[in-house]
This record gives sequence, structure tokens and C-alpha cells, in this order.
Amino acid sequence: MRSPLPIEATGLTKRYGALAAVDAIDFRVARGECVGFLGPNGAGKTTTVRMVTCFTPISGGMVRVFGYDVTRHPREIKARLGVCPQEDNLDPDFSVRRNLLVYARYFGIPSAQARARTDRLLEMMQLTEKADSPIEALSGGMKRRLVIARALLNEPELLVLDEPTTGLDPQARHMIWQRIRQLRAAGTTILLTTHYMEEASQLCNRVILMDEARILLEGTPDALIAEEIGREVVELWDIPEEVRRFVQASGWITEQGEERLFVYDRTGGEVGVRIGRRFPHQSRLIRNATLEDVFLHRAGRSLRE
Amino acid sequence: MQWQQVFANVSPSAWRVWQRDLDVFLTTWKTNFLPPLLEPVLYVLAFGVGMGSLIGLVVYQGEELPYLRFMIPGVICVAIMFWAYFETTYSSFVRMYYQRTFDAIIATPLLVEDVIAGEWLWGGTKAVLTATIMLGMMGLFGLVSWPSALLVVPLAVVGGLLFSALGLICTALVPKIDSFNVPAFLLIFPMFLFSGTFFPIDILPRWAMGFALTLPLTHVSYLVRGACLGRTPPFWLANVAYLLGATLLTAALALILMRRRLIK
Ligand SMILES: Nc1ncnc2c1ncn2[C@@H]1O[C@H](COP(=O)(O)OP(=O)(O)O)[C@@H](O)[C@H]1O
Ligand SMILES: [Mg+2]
Repeated sequence: MRSPLPIEATGLTKRYGALAAVDAIDFRVARGECVGFLGPNGAGKTTTVRMVTCFTPISGGMVRVFGYDVTRHPREIKARLGVCPQEDNLDPDFSVRRNLLVYARYFGIPSAQARARTDRLLEMMQLTEKADSPIEALSGGMKRRLVIARALLNEPELLVLDEPTTGLDPQARHMIWQRIRQLRAAGTTILLTTHYMEEASQLCNRVILMDEARILLEGTPDALIAEEIGREVVELWDIPEEVRRFVQASGWITEQGEERLFVYDRTGGEVGVRIGRRFPHQSRLIRNATLEDVFLHRAGRSLRE
Repeated sequence: MQWQQVFANVSPSAWRVWQRDLDVFLTTWKTNFLPPLLEPVLYVLAFGVGMGSLIGLVVYQGEELPYLRFMIPGVICVAIMFWAYFETTYSSFVRMYYQRTFDAIIATPLLVEDVIAGEWLWGGTKAVLTATIMLGMMGLFGLVSWPSALLVVPLAVVGGLLFSALGLICTALVPKIDSFNVPAFLLIFPMFLFSGTFFPIDILPRWAMGFALTLPLTHVSYLVRGACLGRTPPFWLANVAYLLGATLLTAALALILMRRRLIK
């Protein structure tokens, strides 16, 4: 018999009154994958994560974690999960080390083993020197690392990270990325959410783009970029009418942003070169297409609140 | 969810939550043990030497007592109520809302119901710890009768769990931390004064005495005072029945209401 998938959701829905925070989404996460939920604030990423991790009851559809139904077997599921919530919730009443030791008890980890794991995780997250510090003495990045260390105490088969690096400085972010890559390499299945496309490209072998409670697209970052955008994006601004007509006549896929016109280049090189030759003084920027373009292309470039 | 399921969801893991609260308490044990040690001394000074000399003797259930000896069991009763109630109101609210401690715990195999039960047990424990220390101090002053005074400990268990549950009910219902002023003013403060803690309720007008008899602390104080004075309260069985019933009822209500607040 095949071992059950880490996550299998069908028609998964969460309603808060009239508002559907998550609207009938289907997705799966296979063993060893690192899947990223991408989307702007309010897309429904956290709500999805909270349903998968048995925090919040589902309003419709179904989600199974390791084959267990979230409504019926939350204890069994949570024993095998590591959860890093969007907001840090370390215990300010305890030191760094005791945060982990006390947390290990909730999993029923025997104390000798808990101490060994705590030391190892503090080492891994470079927090050994802070072991006896109070939580308020930690920087944002250290707190985040400690939350991740805490999520690893039960040696989870599935690690769920809700915006693991939001609000951190670049060094702190790269340090966390490094650790996530190590965990991935060691075979841990990971589900993470982020609104940094860069983060998703760096870490995930598959991304799910979410917007307004629904899934827009999913696939590997490279495939999505290639399919949706191509290889390059040429950004144009201060555009005279003749340039606009030229671009339109060339049949390229374009999108009008607030100030800039984005021209997508399937093959790479062609658009930029042709515009450059014809209109050498045209203000332009030629760059590689990114996941961000995919998202903005699909969800629209204008600001929504 | 069916309410039976809510009760079935409480597991022995609730003790892990209790243990967490105990650990925090023990890390700051010096400040925690001081109030119950000092409070009786202050009461002895204020009411024994100070006010007691004005009041003289009190007639309680047909027996004349020095006011201090009458009042001291009332101090224990108030402590049972305050230490349990304030633990599961302000302190639990801080853990639930500001520290997100409950959120952190329910990411483990524990369920919300375990967390609520753990907090409830801890509130009761705090009352028992305090009452026991106070009782010891009062023993040193020769103000209670042994061995009957030992009954104060099981009474503190029941009373503590009752007021702990009452606190959790308030925590489940208040919109923000300042709102605790309302139940404190309408419920806890009147109970503090009118439950036979500082004067026998039979000197009250009939209607007021009737009201006092509906208050849980009144029943605690009949029983605790009986234990401290070494006499059996005339309606002790009714007092015990009231307390056990009220404890079960409030605990069930606390579990249901807190769960409703925590799960969205
Ligand atoms: N407890 C709640 N009550 C009411 N609405 C909520 C609640 N939690 C989330 N929402 C709403 O659900 C939508 C999705 O939120 P969320 O899942 O937090 O998005 P994301 O994590 O992608 O930023 C938002 O519109 C948010 O306001
Ligand atoms: Mg979120």
C-alpha cells in the first residue's frame, strides 16, 4: 500500500460569516516536497495553514494530513507536524532553553531526550550563546529561529512555516533560508507561505499562487515563469505614441502598470533589441522574468486594499 | 460540535499545561510565597491588636469568640477565592491574548480543551497552595484548632476549582482585559464582603441573608470556619452539596464558553 500523502485537500473551504477566507481549494503535497503558498496579504494563506494544522475547523471540503482527517484525528496529526506560526508566540515567562524544554513536554518527549534535542537545535539555529537569555533579549531573527527550532523538537515529518522571514533583515532571512534548505535536503516535507516571490523561488520546488481565497496557478517556479511570462521582461516608461504603436503592432504580450508598460519576451533578447534599435532614446529596463511577474500578471498590477 | 465531545476531548495532557504554569510560578517563588506568609501577620496586627480590641467578642452559632479567631478563617476563604479567580482572569487572559501561549500549545498534540482544563486546575492549585500556607501561619499564631483545620485543604481544592472555573467563565466572556472590572465589582467584591467572611451573615436582614446564601463563598466560609474552629456547621451537608454542584456546573460552563472563544 502506498503511504498516504502528507497533505491532500479537496474543496477546502473556510468561511467567516459571509466572507470566504478560503474558497474550495484543491491541492496536494507529496513526501519530500517543499511547497510554497504565495499571495498577497489577505489571500487566505494563513487560513489554509491553520486548517491543515488543525487550528481552525474547516467549513467545507476535506483535508487529510498523513491520511488522517483533520476534524477527527487532530492529536495524531499534530504529533507529526512542526508549526511555525505567522506571529511569534514564544513563552515570555521562560528562558530560551526552557521554552524548548517545556514545549517538548507537550509532545511527551522524555526529558533526557528533550535536553539532547534542545542542545542540538540551539546549536543548529546558532542560539547556544543565548540559551539562558529571556525571550525579550532576542532580536526578531533570533526569535524566528527559536520558533523554528521549537517546531523541530518532535522531529516532524511535515514542517509548516507561515511567513518564516517576514519583517527580517537580509542576513537573518538568508540564515533562515539556509536552514530550510538543509531540512529539505534531509528529506523533511515543507509547506511554507510567503509573499516574497524571491523566497518562494529560492526554496520551493513547487509554488501555489493564491489570491482572494482561491488558487490561481501552480507549478514549479521555472515552469510558471516560462509559461506565463517567458524569459525576459522589458519595462518601458515615458512612452511616446509611436513606440506604443510599434509595440502593439509587434504582437507581444504586454501589460500596462501604473506608470510602466511591461512587455513580455518569450525567447529572450528579441524585444529589448528591437526596441533599442528602433528607439535608442526610449527609457527602458530589460531584466529576467521572475515569479513576481507571474503573480502580478495574473493578479493585476494595481494596488488593492 | 457536540458538548459531550468537548468533555471527551479533555485528556491527561491537561497536566502538562498545569505543569507549565507551576514552573513559571516556581521560577519566581520568592515573590509568590511572600503574600500568603505575610498576609496573616498583617491581619493579626490589624484585627487582633487594632480593630479586634474595639469589637471584642462575636457570637457565632451560639458561641462567643474573640473577633480575631472568628475572622481568621474568613481570611482563608477570601484567599481561596482571590487567588483562584485572579489567576484564571487576569493571568489566563494575558497568556491567552497577549502572550499567545495557548496558540503555541495547541500546535502540539494537546487540544484546546486540554489547555482550558490545565488552566482550571492551575487556578485551583494556586488557591490550595495559598490557603495551605496561610493555614500554617495561623496555626503558628494558635488561631485554628487541629486536626479539624486540616479539612481546610480539601475545602480549598473544591473552592479553588469553583472560583477558578468562575474566572475562566469571565475570561471567556470579556471583550478586553479592562472589562474584568465589571465581574470584579458586581460579583467578587460583594462576595468578599457579604459571605460571612468578616461578620456572621445571620445578623443581616432576612432578604440579605437569603441573598448571601446564594453566593458560593458563603458556603465555603461556613465549612472553612467550622474546620478552623473544630465544630461541625449545622447544614454542612447542604454546604458541601452546593459546592460540589456549583463546581461541576461552573467547570462545565467554563470549558464550553472558553472553547467557543478560542476556536474560530
Ligand atoms: N478569525 C477571522 N475572522 C474573520 N475573518 C478572518 C479571520 N481570519 C482571517 N480572516 C480573513 O480571511 C481572509 C484571509 O486571511 P489570511 O488567511 O490571514 O490571509 P493571508 O495569510 O494570505 O494574509 C482575510 O480577508 C482575513 O481578513
Ligand atoms: Mg498570513
